[in-house]
Amino acid sequence: MKLGLFIDLDTCVGCHACATACKQWNTSGTIGPLSDERPHGKDPSGSWLNRIHSYEVGDSPHSKTVNIPMSCMHCETADCVTVCPTGASYKREEDGIVLIDQDKCMGCNLCSWACPYGARELDPDSGTMKKCTLCVDRIYDEQLPEAERQPACVLTCPTSSRVFGDFDDPDSQVSKLTRERAGQQLMPELGYNPVNTYLPPRNPKQQDSIAVSPMQGVRQLVNRIINR
Amino acid sequence: MHPAFSVLIFTVTSGAGYGLLAWLGAGQLLGYTQGYIVAQQLSLGVIAMVLVSIGLASSTMHLASPKNAWRSFSRFRTSWLSREAVFAILLYPVAALYAAAIFLQWPSINLLAGLSIILALVTLFTTSMIYASLKTIRQWNTPMVPALFMAYALISGGSLFLAVNSFFGALNSQLLAVVMGLVLITLALKLVYFFWQGKPQGATIQTATGFSQASVRLLDAGHSAPTFLNREFGYQVAADLLLRLRIVMTLVTFIVPLGLFYWVFDGAGRTELLAVAWFAMMAGLLLERWLFFAEARHVVRLYQGEQRT
Repeated sequence: MKLGLFIDLDTCVGCHACATACKQWNTSGTIGPLSDERPHGKDPSGSWLNRIHSYEVGDSPHSKTVNIPMSCMHCETADCVTVCPTGASYKREEDGIVLIDQDKCMGCNLCSWACPYGARELDPDSGTMKKCTLCVDRIYDEQLPEAERQPACVLTCPTSSRVFGDFDDPDSQVSKLTRERAGQQLMPELGYNPVNTYLPPRNPKQQDSIAVSPMQGVRQLVNRIINR
Repeated sequence: MHPAFSVLIFTVTSGAGYGLLAWLGAGQLLGYTQGYIVAQQLSLGVIAMVLVSIGLASSTMHLASPKNAWRSFSRFRTSWLSREAVFAILLYPVAALYAAAIFLQWPSINLLAGLSIILALVTLFTTSMIYASLKTIRQWNTPMVPALFMAYALISGGSLFLAVNSFFGALNSQLLAVVMGLVLITLALKLVYFFWQGKPQGATIQTATGFSQASVRLLDAGHSAPTFLNREFGYQVAADLLLRLRIVMTLVTFIVPLGLFYWVFDGAGRTELLAVAWFAMMAGLLLERWLFFAEARHVVRLYQGEQRT
C-alpha cells in the first residue's frame, strides 16, 4: 500500500479548516500534544502539521489565486528517515506512512533540514520533532464508522479538495483522479518521490479583456450621449 | 539556515583538534616528531583531545532532547550523524592507547598513530557529510564541503602544531612551509566555492509550486507570526553585509596568518606570533562557519515566497 493525500488546487479555497482540524485531532493523538508558544500573545507560534500558503500565479489580468496546503508527502525516498541518527523517524513497510517515535527523538533538527517541504516542526515543549501521521490513529480504528476512517483534514474539507487513498491501487479514487487530471508532485527534481499528489487548476477560459460585444457598444454610446 | 552557536563552536574547535592529532600522528609515521621530547608529544595529543572534547560537548547543546542522545549510535548504516557519533567515540580509546604508547615507548606506536590519523580524518569527513548530503541546501550539497572541512582542520591543527612546537623550542621551518602551502590551497578552494555558490541554479518557486509556465508570487504565508520553519530556515542577512564579512573572513582566516607565518619564516621562531596566527585563524574560521550557515538557503524558503535559492 502507498497511502497518501491527493489535493485539488482547483477547488481549494484556502480556508485553513484542514490545518485546524489536523491540530485539533493530533494534539490529543498518538504523538502527544502539539504545543504552542504564547498562544494568546502578540506573536503566537507553535507546532502545526499542516500549513496553507497562498500564491498569485500568472500576471494580471490573467492571474489566479492558488492555495497550496502542505503537509508531509510521505515520500517514497524519504531522506528525513535516512538522516535520523536515533532511529526515531521511520517509514512503515506496510502502508508507507512516515512516522516519528516520540520516545526516541533527540531533537537534533536534522530531519527537518532534510525535508524540502517543511513538513517537520520541532515541538517547543517536548523538544521532539512532530509531523503529519496521516491520522494513523483514525484510519485503522475499527471502532469508527467506515466512512470516518480517514484523516481529519480530509473529513473536514468543505470543498472536498482533499482525498485520501492508496496510490498503489490503480482503481482507487486518488489513482483515477491523478490519471485523469494529470496530478503532479511538488519539487520532483529533488528526487524524493513524494506520494501526495496535487491537481493543478483547470485552464481558465481565455478571455479577451478589451473585446466589447455589439450590444455593449450601443449601450456605451447611449450613455455617452446622455452624459453629455 | 539559522547558525546555532553551539554547532559553530563544535565544528571549528573539534576540527582543529582532529587536525592537530593528524599532524602529530603523521609526524610519528613520517619521522618529523622523532626529536620531540615525550612531554611535547603528550602536550600536543592532550591539547588535541581537549579541543575535540570541548567541541563534542558543545555539539550536544543544540539538542532539544539530549536525554536521547545515546540512541544516536544506532543508525550507523544510513545516517552520517550516527556515523560521526560512532567514530568520534571510537577515537577516544585509540587516542588514549596512543598517548600510553608515547609515554611507555611501545613498539606498536606506529600502528596507533596510523589508526589515530585515520579515525580523526574519518570523523571529520562524517561531520562534513552531514551537511554535504542534504539535497535541500544546494550551497552544501557539493563535494567541495568535505574537502573544505578537511582543509580547515589541517590548517588550524597545523598552525596550532607549529605554535606548540615553537613553545618547546623545536620549530621546524620545513613544516612551516608545508602549512603555508596548505593555507594557500585552502584559500584557493574557498574562492572557488564562493564563485560556484554565486551561480544561479537549483529549485525555484516554479518547481516548488508546480506552476512552471507562469510567474508565482506569495500572497499569504498562512501564519501571522514566525514559525519553527521561519526561525530555522528563514535566516536572512543583508547581501552587502555578507559580502563585507566574506572579505573580513578571508583576511582573518588566511591572509593574516600567512603574513605572520612569513614573518616567522623569515626570522627566528617566535611563539607569540604563531599563537596570534592560530587565534586569528580560529576566529576567522568561526566567522567562516557562521557564513556557511547564514549563506545556506534551504528550499523551504521557496514556499515562503522566495523566487530561487
